[in-house]
Amino acid sequence: MKYTVETILLGIGAFLALVGAGFAEDRLFAAHMWVLFFVLFGGTIVLMRRVEFRPALEGRAPPPGEYFDEVVKYGVIATVFWGVVGFLVGVVVALQLAFPDLNIEPWFNFGRVRPLHTSAVIFAFGGNALIATSLYVVQRTSRARLFGGNLGWFVFWGYQLFIVLAATGYLLGITQGREYAEPEWYVDLWLTIVWVAYLIVFLGTILVRKEPHIYVANWFYLAFIVTIAMLHIVNNLAVPVSFLGSKSYSAFAGVQDALTQWWYGHNAVGFFLTAGFLAMMYYFIPKQVNRPVYSYRLSIIHFWSLIFMYIWAGPHHLHYTALPDWAQTLGMVFSVMLWMPSWGGMINGLMTLSGAWDKIRTDPVVRMMVMAVAFYGMATFEGPMMSIKAVNSLSHYTDWTIGHVHSGALGWNGLITFGAVYYLVPKLWNRERLYSLRMVNWHFWLATLGIVVYAATMWVAGIQQGLMWREYDDQGFLVYSFAESVAAMFPYYVMRAAGGALFLAGALLMAFNVTMTILGRVRDEASILDAAALPAAAE
Amino acid sequence: METYTAMRHFADSWALLAMTLFFLGVVAFIFRPGAKTAANQAASIPLKED
Repeated sequence: MKYTVETILLGIGAFLALVGAGFAEDRLFAAHMWVLFFVLFGGTIVLMRRVEFRPALEGRAPPPGEYFDEVVKYGVIATVFWGVVGFLVGVVVALQLAFPDLNIEPWFNFGRVRPLHTSAVIFAFGGNALIATSLYVVQRTSRARLFGGNLGWFVFWGYQLFIVLAATGYLLGITQGREYAEPEWYVDLWLTIVWVAYLIVFLGTILVRKEPHIYVANWFYLAFIVTIAMLHIVNNLAVPVSFLGSKSYSAFAGVQDALTQWWYGHNAVGFFLTAGFLAMMYYFIPKQVNRPVYSYRLSIIHFWSLIFMYIWAGPHHLHYTALPDWAQTLGMVFSVMLWMPSWGGMINGLMTLSGAWDKIRTDPVVRMMVMAVAFYGMATFEGPMMSIKAVNSLSHYTDWTIGHVHSGALGWNGLITFGAVYYLVPKLWNRERLYSLRMVNWHFWLATLGIVVYAATMWVAGIQQGLMWREYDDQGFLVYSFAESVAAMFPYYVMRAAGGALFLAGALLMAFNVTMTILGRVRDEASILDAAALPAAAE
Repeated sequence: METYTAMRHFADSWALLAMTLFFLGVVAFIFRPGAKTAANQAASIPLKED
């Protein structure tokens, strides 16, 4: 392959980063530009070493009809890698809360490492999973090669660059202080460019499809891509102090700013963590159990009602604030209404197994996917309940919210991604099967146990916190100081870290299993089926 | 009228009506006669080949 133009552009980019470092208005921008310079310079060197001097006659155009899977392979590896990193950082921040001495100033304070954790799991792990699976699914269900040629590579590497800049920025202390959208203006602009390329690649493939119908998974993926573009741009409207500085100010102020932030924040959940991952559910569950989705028409209704309702749910993050009451109620009502499409979708996913329920027993990958859908159902039951103002007055600002988020993120997003990874790896690398199915089974139980410990602990912690904060004595004084409620959390925080560690252990097993599968190794082991029939032999 | 108020009135009247009608139209379209066969065909797309 020849990447002449790409190499030159990377070299120019590295030079501009160097110029940026030299003329920077503030110390942080200079440090960030040095990071960018070394990344781009390294990339240039790697590309230059790949130059081939053979004439470019043969094999320039890929054989028609062949899928562009190389980028999906990179995406799957990136998913596993960032997953392990993100979970590890999660365990670290959990331990920092329990043992404050682990806050190592200034770079590894909780305040800086926490956004590193959330962005690593949501955008690095989840985002890579979404990009990789969407590029895989859209080619298969459109029966067309990925549109745009090397643009697919740009999307992948451009997104990794965004992750690296975001992560290093957090540790340096560069943030615009908007939850789940912490990167500053120049990183936001870069993500916008990458995202437009992603849209072109995805939509282009749909437009050149050979299959007349657009399969429902692609609808969900497309809704995810388009809505995230809109959310990202509006939420990050800001004026930089200097074009060579790391600080910017939001275009909004006060309650408008807060609502914009949570309109973004909740729809990041709705369209990034829900719509995109539902697309995975609608493709990988039918593939893994080899049955069509239970009701295709239900999936269409699921799609439209989810799209129409999610966008209004954001105000439930601002109950009992300066936000007008009607807006709070609107957010609450739409959140409660969301219950229905969510459960319609969950039932649709689960019932796809009808006639093949035995696969839960015999195939650990199916088991993982089913548990993911079950957690989708549980999290989308808990969410609407917590959005009700009366419940929210107890749960808001407590660890209950953290528990809710993690039962959705670890249970639903995590497990469905693991299922998709286990499905994809043997397919992409042409292996007969995974290195070890028994390890998948171990991963399943480690992850499930980890989530249950995590979520249950946070329920107890959150409700206790909420009750302590609102406890009055008969003279109208608060019974507990805030610090007392913090001290009371210690045992829960330790248990939470233990639950997270179990989840991380499962992910490490997956990383090992996936690596061995890619290397072409097959573990010599008794099949899961024999063990189920003969429990004694499992020993 | 202020821009905010004007947009607010538009949003909770005509815009709301348009979105509701669109949504009901989608639901009606899904349950039109003959939709079942089309849906079954669409559902089998991922299973056709790799």
